Amino acid sequence: MSDALLPEVMEVVRFRRETRDTFTLDLDARPRGGFRFAPGQFNMLYAFGFGEVPISISGDPLSPGVLTHTIRAVGPVTRALGRLKKGDGIGVRGPFGSYWPVDEAQGKDVVIVAGGIGLAPLRPTLYSVLSRRKAFGRVCIAYGARTPADLLFARELEKWRGRIDVDLEVTVDRGDADWRGQTGVVTKLLGRFELDPENAVAMLCGPEVMMRFASRALEGLGVPPARIYLSMERNMKCGVGSCGHCQLGPTFICKDGPVFPLPRMTPLMAVREL
Amino acid sequence: MAIESLARSLADQPFCKELTQAQVEFLAGCAKNARFAAGEYVVREGQLADAMFLIRSGRIAIESHVPTKGSIQVDSLGPGDVLGWSVLLPPFRWHLDARALEPTLAFSLDANCVRGKVQADHSFGYAFTLRLLAEASQRLAQARLQQLDVYKAEVG
Amino acid sequence: MDAWTLPRTRLGALIRSLRDRGYEVIGPSYRDGAIVLDRIESDDDLPNGKRDVQGKGTYRVEDGEDARAFAFAVGPHSFKRWFHVPVERLYRVEREGKRLRFVPEPVTERKLALFGARGCDLAAMTVLDRVLLGDRYRDERYAKRRSDVAVIAVHCDSPSDNCFCHSMGTGPRARGPWDLALTELLDSRSHRFVVESGSALGHALVRELGLESASILDRTRAAEVPIRAARMLKKELKDARDLPTRLGAALESPKFDGLDSRCLSCANCTLACPTCFCTTIEDRTSLDGSSAERHRRLDSCFVGEHSYLHGGSVRQSTHSRYRQWLTHKLMTWVDQFGSSGCVGCGRCITWCPVGIDLTEEARAVSESRSSTHRLE
Repeated sequence: MSDALLPEVMEVVRFRRETRDTFTLDLDARPRGGFRFAPGQFNMLYAFGFGEVPISISGDPLSPGVLTHTIRAVGPVTRALGRLKKGDGIGVRGPFGSYWPVDEAQGKDVVIVAGGIGLAPLRPTLYSVLSRRKAFGRVCIAYGARTPADLLFARELEKWRGRIDVDLEVTVDRGDADWRGQTGVVTKLLGRFELDPENAVAMLCGPEVMMRFASRALEGLGVPPARIYLSMERNMKCGVGSCGHCQLGPTFICKDGPVFPLPRMTPLMAVREL
Repeated sequence: MAIESLARSLADQPFCKELTQAQVEFLAGCAKNARFAAGEYVVREGQLADAMFLIRSGRIAIESHVPTKGSIQVDSLGPGDVLGWSVLLPPFRWHLDARALEPTLAFSLDANCVRGKVQADHSFGYAFTLRLLAEASQRLAQARLQQLDVYKAEVG
Repeated sequence: MDAWTLPRTRLGALIRSLRDRGYEVIGPSYRDGAIVLDRIESDDDLPNGKRDVQGKGTYRVEDGEDARAFAFAVGPHSFKRWFHVPVERLYRVEREGKRLRFVPEPVTERKLALFGARGCDLAAMTVLDRVLLGDRYRDERYAKRRSDVAVIAVHCDSPSDNCFCHSMGTGPRARGPWDLALTELLDSRSHRFVVESGSALGHALVRELGLESASILDRTRAAEVPIRAARMLKKELKDARDLPTRLGAALESPKFDGLDSRCLSCANCTLACPTCFCTTIEDRTSLDGSSAERHRRLDSCFVGEHSYLHGGSVRQSTHSRYRQWLTHKLMTWVDQFGSSGCVGCGRCITWCPVGIDLTEEARAVSESRSSTHRLE
């Protein structure tokens, strides 16, 4: 990366609406020979005239010809990205950050705990694990969203639910009259999995409070803290550790994270307004 | 404070209403007075749960700190309420913050002592645990109602 | 170590030699009631005969007791503004229909000679180098600006009441790296400098100026100057070495709470600090929407948006921002970059409008603990 602050231009090849406020952009990576990344990493995406935001890569690491991001529209930049159409140009810098310990999880049970948009940074891990399914023990996914309308990747959820070698549990905080699935917080689902906790690796992504509670629940089940990984978030302006905004204690979320083992985060999450 | 007078005040607590006098005296062996100033944290999320509190006077807020939103109050406790009814359950760590909103007096029951007594005397343990279960049931019902968010204005 | 004598009358010749070699000479100058850093053309531009008086939240310049050219400590500026510039354009973006094109902004490389640089400021540059040139990502723009720099250091003889370089191991004697280091001597004999050389450039300048070797007596006098200056220091960062550990145990100390009513979150300290490096990005579009620009400018952790994260800022209270600044500078910087972020220059104490003293706050916090519940 000769100039880490200069974006490269990529073209939108597909815009897909996921939910009322979330959408997925597929970018064409073929002209630059494919975009290689590790699950958990993120890019800084630039919307012309509006600015940049850090967005986790949500696509398949084994299909580097397409670079995929799932984005929730929460501010001017993400809303501008939500107005892009096929053929539009977008600025991309990356991939940045640390990644999920997929290789270390081989031979072990894999527990994925996702809350809301947190399923997006975990999806590349699922693709990776499912592409060589036999290399892993049990695969358990706990996914929680606010309401049924907020559930992401509905079609893929069905596919994963249909596999007998995947244990998928989905819940919503609040169901509507038609909802036949589970209601309640995602931590409730964890006790249902048949796991060998001492031989498990857990990967968590979602609101920080949810990850705090879910980590405790996993520890309570016997998963060693060092095998629990969180994806953290803070304000980012550069993505390369020089703007100083993403610091959480001594860590730069953009280069020491966003994926961290729990023991490193526990003392930092315990301090208010750190 | 001598154990007898402590036991007498302890017996006034609603939590102890279903316990016999002997059981209250037994429990009083684990009790001390605790005092918190307004704004002082009683317990912090993640810390070892080494005590259970029966509130005598004042008010305690149960909070969770959410990055960017600060501390969110999810419940409050007052005279006669119990803080730390999960004291018997591993991993014996607080999962929420508790902070005194005003000067608060409470009985503090040492957790190790309570757990010890529950193990040593099963008849006491049964009565004590049943009381805790009643607390839990009541709190769960309250949490369900709170979660329904019944006052939320619907956007037309 | 070799040392030479440079008469005061020939100080201008040194500046000329640097300019003849193509260096822009940046040095102290008296302007607008302060001793600032600016381009200097000759030795007349130096604050000859001036001295500064600094206190908590106060700064003034007065006539000194003699004609010395460097009888003051550091002013509001540091050399940071020439390397980690306050604002710059990173690139332009041109849009034609759906196509985007990024045009990076080139960095103008300049040969700079830092004249009269003090130990604390040189240490600050080394600290910044570790932040911006080390690790995985180099800041190429900063690297280009740092590439051709000459340093003529000065060992301090007049520290201010806010200096605590000694605690941080950065002065009063300038450690380097420098090409030449000067110690100013003014007595009944003459006004002169004892000159040390630290590089090939330094030796070349000594040769070019035809300097005579300094006498043993002068070398001794010169060696005593920073030692005497160290004894004049009024402040210290107590137990600087194990301060990080003690601060780590006191992150939720009630001693931070008082900052809510004292600190104005004005960010002066971060502006004056020679090692603060936070930046932010600004994007602007042309009125017709055909092009956009991306600028980077210095930022501060005291600004509310610094920790903004969907819907709110993580650090909402003033005391949490003050804690971020203090603990980053004195504690987490060590984890991140292997040394303290503070060089003891005292600028944050001088330029704080309410006179908050970092050394006092650090001491108060490190001698306390995070509050926990109490039982009778």
